[in-house]
Amino acid sequence: MNDNALHILLADDDEDDRLFFKDALDEVRVKTVVTTVNDGVELMNYLNQPDVRLPNVVFLDLNMPMKGGMECLREIRSDNRLKGLSIAIYSTSASEEDIEETFVKGANIYIKKPNDFNELKRVLSEVVSINWHYHTSGLNKENFLLSI
Amino acid sequence: MILQQHLDKLEVPYVLTGLGEIEIKSDIPTEQYQDLELSLKKYGIEIIDNPKNILIQKVKDIIIEMIYLEDKLPNSKISAYIANKLNHSYGHLSNLFSEVTYSSIENFIIMQRIERAKQVIVEDKFTLTEVAWKLNYSSVAHLSNQFKKTTGLTPTAFQRIIKKRKSANLTEES
Repeated sequence: MNDNALHILLADDDEDDRLFFKDALDEVRVKTVVTTVNDGVELMNYLNQPDVRLPNVVFLDLNMPMKGGMECLREIRSDNRLKGLSIAIYSTSASEEDIEETFVKGANIYIKKPNDFNELKRVLSEVVSINWHYHTSGLNKENFLLSI
Repeated sequence: MILQQHLDKLEVPYVLTGLGEIEIKSDIPTEQYQDLELSLKKYGIEIIDNPKNILIQKVKDIIIEMIYLEDKLPNSKISAYIANKLNHSYGHLSNLFSEVTYSSIENFIIMQRIERAKQVIVEDKFTLTEVAWKLNYSSVAHLSNQFKKTTGLTPTAFQRIIKKRKSANLTEES
């Protein structure tokens, strides 16, 4: 049993989105600690720091300047050091094929960006809870897929 | 084995009271306890000594045992089964479980069942119908529905994705 919090890293270039995200997370029952970065380059720099405390989950906006979500996904998944990270990709819209492709490329979670705050809270609550279970109940992360 | 080795090494008197359960016969000085905790951690063994957490872990263990070892979940009265085995009312266990894990026992059962389903699907030895039967779902439709509700994907899509991932990895390595 872990009394620790779930460590979350969010990469999103939109300041409002970052704020909504943090606000929504405040209302989730599982304890979370959130770090945010503004784009893909900052994200990879953060993760590649030698003594960094790696997050449990990384949330990636597909559309980011400097380095997009898919490229970050590819880089993270080709780094053995980052194997334990759960990756949640979110995007405003995507076809089922694109969503599947994201999973094939190594994402664990795909989130269709919700329109309103309450929906965002519900979605994040679900995602965080499931991640918490993977973190505390020894489930197999290789089979961890969630489309929401 | 590892646990007994460590306890013997530290000369701690103990009694095995059950699976993964040990009762230590005398008071251990804090430093010794911490040493034990640290050395066990290296083997991925975690000490749970808080009574609430112990009970929660027991509930989880029973559920996992039902799903994995017996390969057939009892059809009805899972709640009675758990309550009887642990000698607590189901209501009490339910409340405690939600309080500590932020999730209900029912949700945990569903999650573990789907987790097992994923495992079997990935092995690729059985048809979906056989998987449903193995996990004691009343039909393939029931399994598919619960699978989709839990993961957002159909079992077929899930299998397709895992297969594509595996072949992608193979291509990279060669």
